[in-house]
Amino acid sequence: MTDLKSGLLAHFRAGILAVSAVILLSACGGGEPQLTRVEQGNIDGVLHYGNGAEPKGLDPHIVTGVPENHIVSALFEGLVGKHPETLEPIPGVAESWEISPDARRYTFYLREDARWHNGDPVTAEDFRWSWMRLLTPALGAQYNYHLFPIVNAEAYANGEITDFAEVGVTVLDPFTLQVDLREPAAYFLQILDHYSAYPVHRATIEAFGDLSDRLTPWAREGNLVGNGPFRLTEWQINSHVRVEKAETYWDADTVQLNAVVFYPTENLVTEDRMFRDGQLHFTAEIVLDKIPVYQAEQPEIVRIVPWLGSYYYMFNTTRPPFDDVRVRKALAMTLDRDLLVESVMQGIVDPSYALVPPDTLGYFPPKTFEYDPDAARALLAEAGYPDGEGFPEFELLYNTQESHRRIAVAIQQMWMRELNIPAQLTNQEWQVYLENQDNLNYDVSRRGWIGDYVDPTTFLEMYVTDGGNNKTGFSDPRYDEIILREAPATLDRDKRYELYKEAETILIEAMAILPIYTYKTKHLVDPSVKGMPPNIMDHYNFKFISLEPVSDQG
Amino acid sequence: MWRFLGVRSLQAIPVIFVVITVTFFLVRAAPGGPFSNEKAVSPQVQAALEAQYRLDQSMLQQYFSYMADLLRGDLGPSFNFPGRTVNEMIFQGLPITAELGFYALLVALIIGVLAGVIASLKPNTAQDYVPMSLAMVGICMPSFLLGPMLVLIFGIWLDLLPVSGWGAAPGDKVLPSITLGAMYAAYIARLSRSGMLEVMSQDYLRTARAKGLPERVVVIKHALRAGLLPVISYLGPAFAGLLSGSFVVETVFQIPGLGRFYVQAAFNRDYTMILGTTTFLATLIVAFNLLSDFIAAWLNPRLRYQFQKKK
Repeated sequence: MTDLKSGLLAHFRAGILAVSAVILLSACGGGEPQLTRVEQGNIDGVLHYGNGAEPKGLDPHIVTGVPENHIVSALFEGLVGKHPETLEPIPGVAESWEISPDARRYTFYLREDARWHNGDPVTAEDFRWSWMRLLTPALGAQYNYHLFPIVNAEAYANGEITDFAEVGVTVLDPFTLQVDLREPAAYFLQILDHYSAYPVHRATIEAFGDLSDRLTPWAREGNLVGNGPFRLTEWQINSHVRVEKAETYWDADTVQLNAVVFYPTENLVTEDRMFRDGQLHFTAEIVLDKIPVYQAEQPEIVRIVPWLGSYYYMFNTTRPPFDDVRVRKALAMTLDRDLLVESVMQGIVDPSYALVPPDTLGYFPPKTFEYDPDAARALLAEAGYPDGEGFPEFELLYNTQESHRRIAVAIQQMWMRELNIPAQLTNQEWQVYLENQDNLNYDVSRRGWIGDYVDPTTFLEMYVTDGGNNKTGFSDPRYDEIILREAPATLDRDKRYELYKEAETILIEAMAILPIYTYKTKHLVDPSVKGMPPNIMDHYNFKFISLEPVSDQG
Repeated sequence: MWRFLGVRSLQAIPVIFVVITVTFFLVRAAPGGPFSNEKAVSPQVQAALEAQYRLDQSMLQQYFSYMADLLRGDLGPSFNFPGRTVNEMIFQGLPITAELGFYALLVALIIGVLAGVIASLKPNTAQDYVPMSLAMVGICMPSFLLGPMLVLIFGIWLDLLPVSGWGAAPGDKVLPSITLGAMYAAYIARLSRSGMLEVMSQDYLRTARAKGLPERVVVIKHALRAGLLPVISYLGPAFAGLLSGSFVVETVFQIPGLGRFYVQAAFNRDYTMILGTTTFLATLIVAFNLLSDFIAAWLNPRLRYQFQKKK
């Protein structure tokens, strides 16, 4: 017993010692003049990047999220890239390309000095094999439809044909790749810079298993072989991902950064503290309430710019009373978007009257209606509900999140005040909400959509008849005709945009969706970060970024 | 004694089994699924995804193959992190969470026992009320409030300690340990106060004082040993609670521990990861409860005497 007691006491004593040692140590550490992570990074050329969330994976064919996109685009490079400012296609692995006069045949001339991180040359065959993998049905790649403009790609992905030779991807010689499209797709070059079209290293994937096996660890630290400006060196889950400059990269001279460290900053408030503590150069978000403070005190670090995303409500057009276009219009016209944006969203979004965000690679959407409560009341009366009489109670569905609730409450008030119709607010957890949308089990529902590539198609193709992302029951033959056939075949950009405007007018006239606002991205950026111009895709090419410490006045 | 150990251990097995079975069917009953996504996928892709994770089999088939794998110690591949196994992720997160839990427990014990003992020496005086009121505040203050407050004071205003991270900069383990330990410190303070008060009125302490022992020796050598028994039996559940309940602190301080995996898994419907962490934590909680039962039995002369008599 004495043994035990003295043992216990010794334990406590050891504990007290340990904790006081820790506290002392840290106190000492804090007392010395120490460089913050950002200051040290500026010296070493290391960018500390708040990436929003933990990447689920780094296999370009499997991942689907935004945080993954940032890392994957540092590790891999497609045939073409994007100009950091204009977002127009620039040469990537392909040095140049030719487009046939009917715009159905693309010939890519690959640069011969493009290398994988292990030194292997990047060849046309790498692209053919990679695209075959993306389209292999058993892989279950969620973004395989990006390549569907290619001849027979869709048939191969759906298992209707099994010989990849029938798909319109041909290796003419090791550095020449020919791609045949089933119809002209004017946005095809944009798609090629989406990560799903990036090449993957065949030998590495096959060393770990079959090409269609999602579960192998080939895309992990130590295994992954990419072809981009940076290579993967560390990946500590929920801590950080570190990529370092790849000396094998064909354009290594342009690359200024020695490394980028991506942090999964899920908690916005924590991210904000990390930035203020000098741990991050760049944040994925800004806490809404702090925007006015930052704008007043340090406007040079706040970056709020339009984003390729729309926030809107969908109507279930198969359910009364929303099967009546007059009702849908009345609801859309009673929304005071300017007031909503100013009061609820504190001015950090733009009011919207259409689906596609303005200035999507030069496209501006039509504006076919205005805020007009009187006209809305007239429409509602015409539909059989004068002054809202007899209007059934309906549900306004949104996924559980404070900002969605605030908007829904404001809109509920506007509808009640102007039209005297009662909306019932229903919030659901994300997965439940998705399931109810898919099954058209809602009246009115919130929706957000972020474009995959800079072209109006990435928004408008959702609303073709029975499209997987339609979820409203909207169907219009002229709309389908434009989106599926006429616009893709129109090579002249201005003419194509006119067609898109016609289609979008049809969609908004039918008011299958109720536009609310278009998003803006919100970042805090350390003044030392250069070569990272804002753009509507919120896409940053790390190869052009550099760090120049700003001299301290103090 | 050994029979007692054996019976208690055997009782733990059905508990764990029920936890696994209930969790297995509950996660699958939840709406949505691991592959539901805002962007629609084709039926072919959906089918291929389900086949890769055996979701195309019947529920019962899935259950039996999961249990068979489990018996071999294989918790399966993560749905949400392709290329990672649940085993691997648990063993990556566990040491960090355990380290955090250990420091938090140390903080809790030192602060808690000190405060409790001090309070018990002069009951119903300011020396009692002040630490016990603080303890009450500690119990009530959630870590998502305490954490940011400590960060604001020590991290940003005084600039003494890092605001986030784990093992990346000196001193970054201090604030999370204190935040996580505070609630338990408060609880331990109350436990040790009541334990001490009970003991202080016992006859053998009067004897000790009558022998002329100084009060310091009476308290430390004689009273503490018995007075802290309730604290000892609380340690097991406390440590298990620290391990399974650290996700708030892990999120606030950006710590790559087990707790964050657990919460992420639930939101993403990562079936295998939810099951794996639940199974693992349930086993751990049961094991620690057992352990503290054993230690309490071993420390308590009355209980120990009963065992010996039975033999």
